[in-house]
Amino acid sequence: MSNIPADLKYTESHEWVRAEADGTVTVGITEYAQEALGDIVFVELPKVGNTYTAGDDCAVVESVKAASDIYAPVSGEVVAVNDAVVASPESINADAYANWMFKIKPSDANAINGLLDADAYGKTAG
Amino acid sequence: MTLNATPLNNAHRALGARMVDFGGWDMPVNYGSQIEEHHAVRIDVGMFDVAHMCVVDVKGANVRGFLRGLLANNVDKLQVSGKALYSCMLTPEGTVIDDLIVYFFTEDWFRIVVNAGTAEKDVAWMQKQNEATKAGLTITQRRDGANAMALIAVQGPNARAKVWEVIPQSKDATAEMKPFNVALVPGTAFGEAMVARTGYTGEDGFEIGVPADQAEKLWNALAAAGVKPAGLGARDTLRLEAGMNLYGSDMDETVNPLDAGLAWTIDLVSERDFIGKAALQAKGQNQQFLGLILREKGGVLRSHQKVIAANGDTGEITSGTFSPTMQQTIALARLPMSVQVGDTVHVEIRDKKLAASVVKLPFVRNGKILAA
Repeated sequence: MSNIPADLKYTESHEWVRAEADGTVTVGITEYAQEALGDIVFVELPKVGNTYTAGDDCAVVESVKAASDIYAPVSGEVVAVNDAVVASPESINADAYANWMFKIKPSDANAINGLLDADAYGKTAG
Repeated sequence: MTLNATPLNNAHRALGARMVDFGGWDMPVNYGSQIEEHHAVRIDVGMFDVAHMCVVDVKGANVRGFLRGLLANNVDKLQVSGKALYSCMLTPEGTVIDDLIVYFFTEDWFRIVVNAGTAEKDVAWMQKQNEATKAGLTITQRRDGANAMALIAVQGPNARAKVWEVIPQSKDATAEMKPFNVALVPGTAFGEAMVARTGYTGEDGFEIGVPADQAEKLWNALAAAGVKPAGLGARDTLRLEAGMNLYGSDMDETVNPLDAGLAWTIDLVSERDFIGKAALQAKGQNQQFLGLILREKGGVLRSHQKVIAANGDTGEITSGTFSPTMQQTIALARLPMSVQVGDTVHVEIRDKKLAASVVKLPFVRNGKILAA
């Protein structure tokens, strides 16, 4: 079973979500997702200022073998992106939880409570 | 559905391989990093479980005459025992049933190695032709049953030396052997070994066939000698860089092989008739099979993406990936006849049209980048 930190929230589509003190949420892909994709060679991030509804595809991760859409875990506006993962896509393979992709300011501050906790995610991504 | 397993299934699991369903076979896609496995084959040596592929022995009087009609390439190129030939087997409509390698041992014994997912269809087709032509041959698959054989491909610049270390008896038989030849080596620690100087990576190396019950022992001996296990993921990026067709992606029973870069394997010159010949002569070539290198950031080239030439003509990518050797995204594509090598075309990736260069194949051969 892959590493699923207890302090994060998760989606069924294998994004991890961290609530930050400033009210934004940070988003990346899980250890399970990076393992399933294999060597990641391309990352496309959303533009800062774009707004999304939860479930919209807003980023792309491509490995040697497949392309995978990344979905907005909550509705809101993109307030930051991590250009370091665009420059070094393989860093997500090395540490999927340290190498975040983008930050969203949720339109509903409570939206993150509707996401999966580590136990529930562990049951979907064993 | 239960997946088929090769005799190396336990060995893959012991190595922690990531297993996938590959056309009904439970096969390793990688053992960690696919890119590291790829590089190992380009610069040193790696090995692949290819026991899902199927050895077929064709025996009897005048096998050559039968294969003259069955195969699109000309088996009369095989005049010395131990010589091998790459060929397609075609439908009467001139589309591809499978691609294969045929080995000549004696006039009453040729051996054919066919793809995994097509093996049953292939053997049934060969049997049907055997009956239709009253050739009276014995056609025997060697993947299952008491006489099953398993194939392991050892590939890379150091592949032959490693095989000679692990199977010392094979050295005398193969040291002077040229590519596309085979030797049968009796009395090895792994039973009788078939050692062919062939492969699917663009590197030197051997494909080795041993009795199925010896395969795990050979695999472990090669691993102990420093040969790196490599999965189907690396096998795909290596063959794509080498510009080698993959059945089911680059050609199948809907595709004219002349449009899929296989004209060099189809003998339309000699008087010989073969299944599919008349259809191919009538159809001719309508597309060309070339390489693409993506020149803009924005994604990875993949099969089924649309290619648009400067004049508006369109083609299609049949295989695409990120090339670990070139550190660029590359593809094999069927392109309109109007396109020239060196042209810039555009590829539709998601909502973008990205520029790509048209290049000659292969991209990489024997560790060297040829297309840039």
